[in-house]
Amino acid sequence: MVSQSTIERPAAAADVQTRGAAPRIKLAVKDLTISYGKAVALKEVNLEVREHEIFGIIGPANAGKTSFLKALNRMDVFTPGMRVNGDIEFNGRDTRHLNNIYALRSRIGVVFPLPVGLPMTVYDNVALSPRWRGITNKADLDVIVQRCLTRAALWDEVKDRLDALGSLLSGGQQQRLTIARALSQEPDLLMLDEFSIAVDPVTTMRIEDVLKELRKEVTIILVTNLVQQARRLADRTAFFLNSECVEIGVTEDLFTGEVKDRRTRDYVEGRFG
Amino acid sequence: MTTDNSVMFQASSLNRRNEKVQGLYRILFGLMTLMLVTPVLLILGTLVAKGGGVISWEFLFTPPTDGMRTGGVLPALIGTVWLVMTALLLSVPIGIFAAIYLSEYAGDNWFTRTINLAIINLAGVPSIVHALFGLGAFVLFFGFGTSILAASLTLAVMTMPVVIVSTRESLQAVPQAFREACWNMGATRWQTIRRVVLPNSVTGILTGVILEVSRTAGETAPIMFTGAVFFTPFLPQSVLDQTMALSLHLFVAATQVPGIAEEVPYGIALVLIGLVLTMNSASIAFRMWLRGKKKW
Amino acid sequence: MANSTTASRAPMAAAGDADSFDRRNVDWYVDKLVQVLVFICGISAIIFVLGIFVFVTKEGIGFVFQHLDFKEFFLTPYWFPSDADDPEYGILALMAGTASVTGLAMLVAIPFSLGAAIYIAEFATGKTREVLKVLVELLAAIPSVVWGFIGLVIMNPLIIKWFDVPVGLCVLNAGIILGLMAAPIMTSIAEDALKAVPDRYREAAEAMGATRWQVTYKVVLPAAKNGLLGGVLLGVGRGFGETMAVLMATGHAVNIPDSIFDSVRALTATIAAELGETVVGGEHYQVLFTIGILLFLVTFVVNLSADLIVRGIRKG
Repeated sequence: MVSQSTIERPAAAADVQTRGAAPRIKLAVKDLTISYGKAVALKEVNLEVREHEIFGIIGPANAGKTSFLKALNRMDVFTPGMRVNGDIEFNGRDTRHLNNIYALRSRIGVVFPLPVGLPMTVYDNVALSPRWRGITNKADLDVIVQRCLTRAALWDEVKDRLDALGSLLSGGQQQRLTIARALSQEPDLLMLDEFSIAVDPVTTMRIEDVLKELRKEVTIILVTNLVQQARRLADRTAFFLNSECVEIGVTEDLFTGEVKDRRTRDYVEGRFG
Repeated sequence: MTTDNSVMFQASSLNRRNEKVQGLYRILFGLMTLMLVTPVLLILGTLVAKGGGVISWEFLFTPPTDGMRTGGVLPALIGTVWLVMTALLLSVPIGIFAAIYLSEYAGDNWFTRTINLAIINLAGVPSIVHALFGLGAFVLFFGFGTSILAASLTLAVMTMPVVIVSTRESLQAVPQAFREACWNMGATRWQTIRRVVLPNSVTGILTGVILEVSRTAGETAPIMFTGAVFFTPFLPQSVLDQTMALSLHLFVAATQVPGIAEEVPYGIALVLIGLVLTMNSASIAFRMWLRGKKKW
Repeated sequence: MANSTTASRAPMAAAGDADSFDRRNVDWYVDKLVQVLVFICGISAIIFVLGIFVFVTKEGIGFVFQHLDFKEFFLTPYWFPSDADDPEYGILALMAGTASVTGLAMLVAIPFSLGAAIYIAEFATGKTREVLKVLVELLAAIPSVVWGFIGLVIMNPLIIKWFDVPVGLCVLNAGIILGLMAAPIMTSIAEDALKAVPDRYREAAEAMGATRWQVTYKVVLPAAKNGLLGGVLLGVGRGFGETMAVLMATGHAVNIPDSIFDSVRALTATIAAELGETVVGGEHYQVLFTIGILLFLVTFVVNLSADLIVRGIRKG
């Protein structure tokens, strides 16, 4: 697995500071409503994501999960017709009013349902974001590329062909490449949107292990259509249904029947969805 | 009601007749297609048969002699190269940026539709009206005089739709997922375009540029009153000079020079069409090669 | 926090975040600059079309206001612009020339290009299809001056020989040439329109036992109707605006034609042939620009309607 990875990040010190103290709020969402023209994709969502937790979001298709992620990332400005109302605070900063949304996005890593290996070499895929940050030194880039690929559990498979096209790797490899690319941003928040849809079960398990490791350093929002995946990974989980956030709670509670809304239990027990 | 048997019989007889009709239509449309495309081959064949004899290095690289009745095409060839290059220098950057706007920035609204309509019109306005525009705007109003600059500007305006349309097509062939991946990493639109969209469409854009070279080289009317002249013994030294051009030279040789040797206009036509079709075929071949070479 | 964008950026630099989210860096400004630049280039097409209209009108409007007698201009066939004492500017014969040549060209082009489009889109497969498409594209690439030359030196003697007429530069000659020139665009737009008809229509009809032709005739053609019409209109616009080929192949005689063997003169060719002899700003010069305005307006309307019709089918 990734146990041999040399994680040499200055994060450790900061980690120690917060440990034991009350959990810091990474992300606070208040009265968030998302609409496309007249169609409402998400209604009045209120939730908080704590630092270093894996926050799961479950729910059937068209519940508004992907729109939610897009709003966090301010992708609404690049999406024709998408309107976002409400407050989103990231690290205590109101993301609705920023001068430089690119700086915000560069701190948030995103992994899509379908793997996207960019049509450039594997190396360039991972070095892309660091280069945009202004890192040009080859030695520095080498370190970053190796570190990110290792942490995404892909290094061993591609270390001999770093100059292969990223877009021609297998689906599972491309998905891990996408994760490596997200990690190369040194993100503060990692958002995964149903990452296992196009990935085989073995790769899914490997990626899940990767996520368990990563949570030591980054906060993770895990949108998933597999309720058991949320149970395996998430500390707390929100249930989205029909454009609404029906319930938020400690993950295990949702599965042991400690729910406020019957629909949540019906969903996790597989009665619909 | 009829019995099962008769229904089947009717159906099969109908089918047989249909098969026959089908075959007839196939032949009819096939013939029509053939009649449409054979002229290309006939024309090429005739031009080669009648003009092939005069083509030589000497024909290409000596100026006309004896009042254009004999000699070569050098000043016209050089002039066409000047005109095409200058026109491309102006239209390619603007055209590519315009296509980037349409593909990467413009929304689906009335404003974009207006731009598209303008592009269609730019390509559809008669070439002689472009000539009038070039004369009124570049030669007279902006005071460039009859010069390569004025003629090339006119050509650039006229042929820009070729670059815009082909560039837009190749930009849009790049999957949207690549852009979104970059945006989500914090890349600006321009960083995304420069690093991912353009590198993966540059060959397609080049195809369009080659096509535009071919289109520009063949135009006659737009340059008649803006920069090209019937005859000048001088090769152009700058974009403010007048020049001869292959296309106009063919018109002049075919209609305005009494007593010209019969094979000379054929030779000029062959050089012009050779240039144009070579560029065109290169563009087509390039496009086919691209289609076979997938990067995703 | 100045180094918050370097490799050693701390993942939890919350204060730095607040800072960097508001700080616009070089990339931000470059992006804005490019956005402005591509916008300007994007609207350049509109500017150019307006420019064409403005400059052509500017040069020609003088005639419209001072000398234009609508009745004489549009309804008399007497075109003697260079008569020093009493020039006459009747474009009826020129319009008749343009109309007859364009009309004949369409008679030639419409059936053949629709036939070719149907063959390429519905019947031909694989290599044949590719080759035919390339040939159509090459047909479109032949410069108009070369077409004119062909009319002059190949078609002219052929028409004289075959039909036993004194002059072969006539409506027939230019009509055929123009038909061949307009055919490629009509073929490719018609083919696009046919290809745009979803395959499931064809499959559904074929599943009911219809032959390829029945499918084409009953299902595909009606569904592609607007696209085909749009293609025809664009072809009309192309033929109407063609200059060099009609200049060289029509015989260039001011004449209202009685038969397809008459020589005529087109609006476009008149400008091309006479503009060089005029004095800038003179009456003759201005009247040629007035014809230019007319040509611009007609092609504008033709292109606009073609676009609206083609777009109609895409929306529907």
